[in-house]
Amino acid sequence: MSGTAIEIEGLRKAFGADEVLRGIDLTVRSGEVVCVIGPSGSGKSTLLRCVNLLEEPTGGTIRVNGDEITHPDANLDAIRIGIGMVFQQFNLFPHLTALGNVTVAQRKVLRRDKDEAARIARENLARVGLAGREDAYPARLSGGQQQRVAIARALAMDPSVMLFDEPTSALDPELVGDVLAVMRTLAEDGMTMLVVTHEMSFAREVADRVIFLDGGVVVEEGPAAQVISEPRQARTREFLARVLDPASAGAPAGTVGKEAPE
Amino acid sequence: MTASSETGQGAPAAGGLTRRQRRRLILGGEYALFLGVIVAVALLADWESLRVNFLNLDVVGDLFPEIITVGLRNTVIYTVTGFVLGLVAGLVLALMRLSSAGPYRWTAMIYIEVFRGLPALLIFIFVGVGVPLAFPGTNLPGGVYGQAALALALVSAAYMAETIRAGIEAVPRGQMEAARSLGMSRARAMRTIIIPQAFRVVIPPLTNELVLLFKDSSLALFIGVSLNERELAKFGQDLASEKGNTTPIVVAGLCYLLVTIPLGYLARRLETRQRRGQR
Ligand SMILES: Nc1ncnc2c1ncn2[C@@H]1O[C@H](COP(=O)(O)OP(=O)(O)OP(=O)(O)O)[C@@H](O)[C@H]1O
Ligand SMILES: [Mg+2]
Repeated sequence: MSGTAIEIEGLRKAFGADEVLRGIDLTVRSGEVVCVIGPSGSGKSTLLRCVNLLEEPTGGTIRVNGDEITHPDANLDAIRIGIGMVFQQFNLFPHLTALGNVTVAQRKVLRRDKDEAARIARENLARVGLAGREDAYPARLSGGQQQRVAIARALAMDPSVMLFDEPTSALDPELVGDVLAVMRTLAEDGMTMLVVTHEMSFAREVADRVIFLDGGVVVEEGPAAQVISEPRQARTREFLARVLDPASAGAPAGTVGKEAPE
Repeated sequence: MTASSETGQGAPAAGGLTRRQRRRLILGGEYALFLGVIVAVALLADWESLRVNFLNLDVVGDLFPEIITVGLRNTVIYTVTGFVLGLVAGLVLALMRLSSAGPYRWTAMIYIEVFRGLPALLIFIFVGVGVPLAFPGTNLPGGVYGQAALALALVSAAYMAETIRAGIEAVPRGQMEAARSLGMSRARAMRTIIIPQAFRVVIPPLTNELVLLFKDSSLALFIGVSLNERELAKFGQDLASEKGNTTPIVVAGLCYLLVTIPLGYLARRLETRQRRGQR
């Protein structure tokens, strides 16, 4: 248990007859940053969503900080407190201000009193560079700011693990940097992070390890520099060639560089 | 209108008129017809008899203040209590309808199908006549007020349930997921995150439902109301027969419009504002 934050064994997930994850083994140590890359539809989001049981696995076990979240009697709500999640589409609560977004779960779930929740919310908003925007509603914030509020919202629960599902894919290119910078700082501060991303330079610089997922299995796994710069598997090389230089490859570029919804 | 075929844009048509000239001609004809009808009605109608029967100022004077202090007051009481009761029931039904437990879902679905398919009048008769027949001696709290509120709630709960359900389903799935990922239970997420957002979506349709209920409250007269329990329609009816004059019904109608038109306008305003607010 010591040193192991996430432990996934033989994880399987099928949607009807469609088996999306076909036996995944993955361990993330405390303080480690692991990036998951892979083509669209390879099951990256599903893998991440299984880790906090937003998606119920059809097989295998997942332990987070020693708690087996896949156990039938697991207290999901309690275990999820320790697992922060950041979504591609932010999923901020539009009827609450930035401060409200960051305080609501502290108050209702952790039962922190109003002042303490607000204080912790302000700290975390400042941490993601949004001091002074406490009273703004999500609709008044740019995509990059919204995503940083979402990060602050997760951090305010004092999670031991953070999951990021393509946190910058819905952002305009010029807003990506701010969000990645926050994630980089978080990594430097020792947060355990499991990150699905198409940002290869982020993966290369920040990740300790990179996992290449394709067809529901881990095709290649290793130190970031090795997997991205000198991939061993042909499928990894093919994928990276397409992602790093979309223009040269004939295949569609998948979800890379999708425009923001607004 | 004329049957001449359309030619190219701006080119003279068959009759030698440009399109603009033709349009003016048609418009002029329409105005002339309208004016003609107005003049004919003005000349042929017996204005004095109309005034005496429909807007008799002596009768109008006799209506006040009771038409407001009794009629409108009771209409408002029936509507508001029925609406609140129906809203609570509608919310419960909507949540049952969305429940993962089959029996809840089926019960709500049956209720909704049944009560959307029944005429409001039948429900009022059922509550006002049928229930007292079936259980003699039992009384709803509040007497007629309780019966009217119950009947209106029964009428409206099914509609409101469907409206609220649609509102809840309109909240993106990611909202529930974000709430759950923060450790909220499903019930907690519903209360704190989903329902407040759903209610913003359903305020305009619920305002429309309030307008419908305001009108349907007139059916309370079928419950059998005492003098002081009369709402606008019954009040208008009673005074019309008492005075042998239609004026009370007209004035009661004006009282309805005084409320329904602004409320309907408000609902449309809220609706357009909301549509614009959705980026
Ligand atoms: N709720 C669901 N029901 C049915 N099929 C699903 C569901 N969620 C995902 N899938 C399917 O599972 C497969 C993997 O989806 P997933 O979202 O995990 O891929 P991904 O690697 O995250 O892709 P992307 O890069 O496009 O986000 C896809 O074929 C998808 O259609
Ligand atoms: Mg995905």
